[in-house]
Amino acid sequence: MKTVSIMIVGVGGQGSLLASKLLGNLLTDEGYDVKVSEVHGMSQRGGSVVTYVRYGDRVYSPIVTEGECDYIISFEKLEAVRYASCLRKGGKIIVNTQEIDPMPVITGAAEYPSDVLETLKKDGFDVDDFDALTPAMQAGSAKAVNIVLMGHFAKHSGIAKEKWIAAMEKTINPKFLEMNRKAFDLGYGE
Amino acid sequence: MKRLLIGNEAVAWGLYNGGIGLVSSYPGTPSTEITEFLAKHDDIHSEWAPNEKVACEVAFGASLAGMRSVCAMKHVGLNVAADPLFTLSYTGVTGGMVICVADDPAMHSSQNEQDSRHYAIAAKVPMLEPSDSAEAYAFAKSAFELSERFDTPVLLRMCTRIAHSQCTVEIGERENVPMKEYVKQPAKYIMMPGYAKKRHPVVEERTQALKEFSESCMYNRVEYADSGIGIITSGCSYLYVKEALGDSVSILKIGMPNPLPEKTIRDFAAKVKKLYVIEELDPVIETQVKAMGIECTGKSLFSAIGEFSQKTVRDAFLKEGMALTDIPEAQGEAPAVPGRPPMMCAGCPHRGMYYTLVKNRISVLGDIGCYTLGAVAPLNALDSTLCMGASVSGIHGFNAARGKETEKKTVAVIGDSTFMHSGMTGLVNIAYNATNSTVIILDNSITGMTGHQQNPTTGYNIKGDPAAKVDLEALCRALGINRVRVVDPYDLKQCEEAVLEELAAEEPSVIISRRPCVLLKYVKPKTPLAVDREKCRSCKKCMKMGCPAISMKEGKARIDKTLCVGCGVCEQLCAFGAIGGTEK
Repeated sequence: MKTVSIMIVGVGGQGSLLASKLLGNLLTDEGYDVKVSEVHGMSQRGGSVVTYVRYGDRVYSPIVTEGECDYIISFEKLEAVRYASCLRKGGKIIVNTQEIDPMPVITGAAEYPSDVLETLKKDGFDVDDFDALTPAMQAGSAKAVNIVLMGHFAKHSGIAKEKWIAAMEKTINPKFLEMNRKAFDLGYGE
Repeated sequence: MKRLLIGNEAVAWGLYNGGIGLVSSYPGTPSTEITEFLAKHDDIHSEWAPNEKVACEVAFGASLAGMRSVCAMKHVGLNVAADPLFTLSYTGVTGGMVICVADDPAMHSSQNEQDSRHYAIAAKVPMLEPSDSAEAYAFAKSAFELSERFDTPVLLRMCTRIAHSQCTVEIGERENVPMKEYVKQPAKYIMMPGYAKKRHPVVEERTQALKEFSESCMYNRVEYADSGIGIITSGCSYLYVKEALGDSVSILKIGMPNPLPEKTIRDFAAKVKKLYVIEELDPVIETQVKAMGIECTGKSLFSAIGEFSQKTVRDAFLKEGMALTDIPEAQGEAPAVPGRPPMMCAGCPHRGMYYTLVKNRISVLGDIGCYTLGAVAPLNALDSTLCMGASVSGIHGFNAARGKETEKKTVAVIGDSTFMHSGMTGLVNIAYNATNSTVIILDNSITGMTGHQQNPTTGYNIKGDPAAKVDLEALCRALGINRVRVVDPYDLKQCEEAVLEELAAEEPSVIISRRPCVLLKYVKPKTPLAVDREKCRSCKKCMKMGCPAISMKEGKARIDKTLCVGCGVCEQLCAFGAIGGTEK
C-alpha cells in the first residue's frame, strides 16, 4: 500500500501528543509500519505545534512535506491554514473551529483572519470543519478536544471503531478513560 | 517486547539492556528524555547534575570505578563537557562509557546549530549515529562493548528528528554486566605531562585500530542498485534519501561517522558513476571523502543550514536531471496567516519582573531558559542571550566597559537552574573584580523549558525524593555579594522598589525573584480574573505585559477564563479598577 501521511496540528498545550500516541498505538496494532514525529521543548509554550504520523508497508521518513499529507487534523482554525500547503491533491482537512489568538493578534500587530476556512474551501480544499470544543465540554473537559477530533477522524480511517476503543484503553490513563470514551463517541457521531 | 518508542526512549532501553550502572546528565532539548527514561529504573544510579561538565566527570568516575556509565546532553552541552572529553580520550575507560549528544538542526529549541561530529574528530573518539529508534536501541546497547574493547569513551550522536520520532523497536533483556575490578593505574589515569605524553601515541594507535574496525562493523552498510548513482549518507538524511529515491540508487549508509571507513568508501566510489554525499549541517563526511582524492557532490547541492526532508532530496535530484516519478502534488497554496511564536504562559512568574524592567527602561542581559521568551513582543525585554551563564559574566564586562553609565540601568537575569549550571562563577567574578552589577535570579523552583526537571535549588532529586536544597540567598552572600534580597514577582510594587534600590546601591547586588512555575502540579491556580467592561477605558495598559489570557474584544480588554490562573499582575496594572473578581 501507499504510505498514508497525517498531520496533527494545533497550539502547544492542546493535547496533540496524546492524539498522536493513540494513533501510533492503533496503527501499530493494525500491523502497519508506523513513524510518528513530534517536536518538544520551545514549541510547547503556546506556540504552533505539529506532529506527523505516517503508516504503510514500509515507512522511511518520519516527516511530511509539501503536497504529501492525506489528512490534516487541526485543533485550531488558524493552524489548519498554516499547514494547508502540505495537503496533497484530494487530501482532507478536519478542523476544530475554535479560535485561539496568537500573540501578534493579542498585541494588535495582526488580525485573526476569521474567514480563512471559507477561502480554503473556495480554493478547492476539502475542509471538514466543526466545533469540537462544545462536545469536549459536554464530555467533561475542554482538554478532550483531542479525542473528539480523533473520534471524528476515526470514521474516515477505515479502521473499525472497536479497534479504536481498544487502542484508547491501551493509551489513556484509566482515570480519564470514561470521559474520553464519551468525547470519542461525540466526535464519531453517535 | 515490541513497542513504539521515541529515539530517546530507545537509547535509554539500549543503554539499560547494555548494562548501564550510572547516568548523570543535565537536561537539554532534544536529549532530556534519555535520562528521564533511565531514571525509571531503580537498579541503576541516575541523577541530574548541575551542568554537563559535572555530569561527564561523574560518568568518568563511575567508569574509573569499573561501572558502565553514561552522560547525556544537547549539542551545546558538549561545549561545557568538552574539557573532560578531550582528556578522557587519553585516559580511556575501565567500565564502558557513553556520551550521548543530541544535535538540533533547524534550532527547534537551541541557540545555534553546531555539528557535534567535529568533537568526535577533534577529541579522537569514535562516534555512532543511528537513523531511527530501532538503530538507536541497537547502537546504544552495543556502545559499551565498543567503549571497553577500544578503551575509549564513545559518542552517540542523536538529532531532534531521531530523538523525538517514534518507530517500532524490539526490546530485549538486560545484560547483567559485573563491575570491573578497580586497580590503581597512575600511568593511565593521571594526566600530567609525563604520563599524558605516553598516552597520546596510544590514542593514535587506537584511531588506526578503529579505522580498521569501521570497515567491517555493524554500523556501516552498503545497499547497491544499478543506476550508477551512489550516495554516502548518515542519520536521518538516510531516511529522506530512501523516501525520495527508494531502491533506485546505491547507498553507503554511515552509522559510525568517526572514524570513517576509508577502504569501504573507496570501493563504493569506484563502483558508482556519480557520487553524492548527503549530510545535515557541516560537510564533515564530504570534506574527508574529498581529502581521500575522491570526487563527490555535497554542500554545493545540499545546504549546511537547517534540517533536510525527502523534499530536499527530491528537489536536488530533479535539479540534477534525474527522472523521478511520484512527485507529490499539493492541493494548492494556502493564504498567509499570523505567526504563533511560543510565549511565556499565563501566570508565568517571570512576567511581573520583566514588566518592571521594561517599564523602567532597563537594559537586560538574558540567559537560557523559559525566560528567554521575555525577548519577544510586546515585552521585548532582552538585550542579549548567548549561552548558559553568560548573563552574569556578561554584565560584568558590560559594566566594566561602560562604568557608571550602565551600572545604574542594567541587570542580568538568569533562572535558578541556569544559575546552578554556570551562573555562580560569573557572580564570584562580579564580587571579586568589583563592578557594581545587579543580578536577578528568576527562581521558579524548577528547570522549566526542558519540561520540569529538578535541580539543586528545588529540594528534590531526579526520582522526586527529598534532597539537599541549595540556599540561594546564603550562597550569593558566600560568593561575596552583601546585598541579597527576595521579592515576589506577582507583587509589582515590591519588584519595582527592589530593582530601583539595588540599581541605585553603590555595590553589587542580587535580587531573587521567587515564585514557582505555574505549571508545577503543586501550584494550584486561583480563580480567574475578569474585566468590568463599564470600568475598562481601553487604555491597553494590561496588554503591555504580553499575557496570552488578555486580549481586546469589541474595544475592551477581555480575560480568557480557560487560560487565566488569577496571578493578579494585570489587576495591579489597571488604573481604573476594571480587573477583578467577576465579569460584568
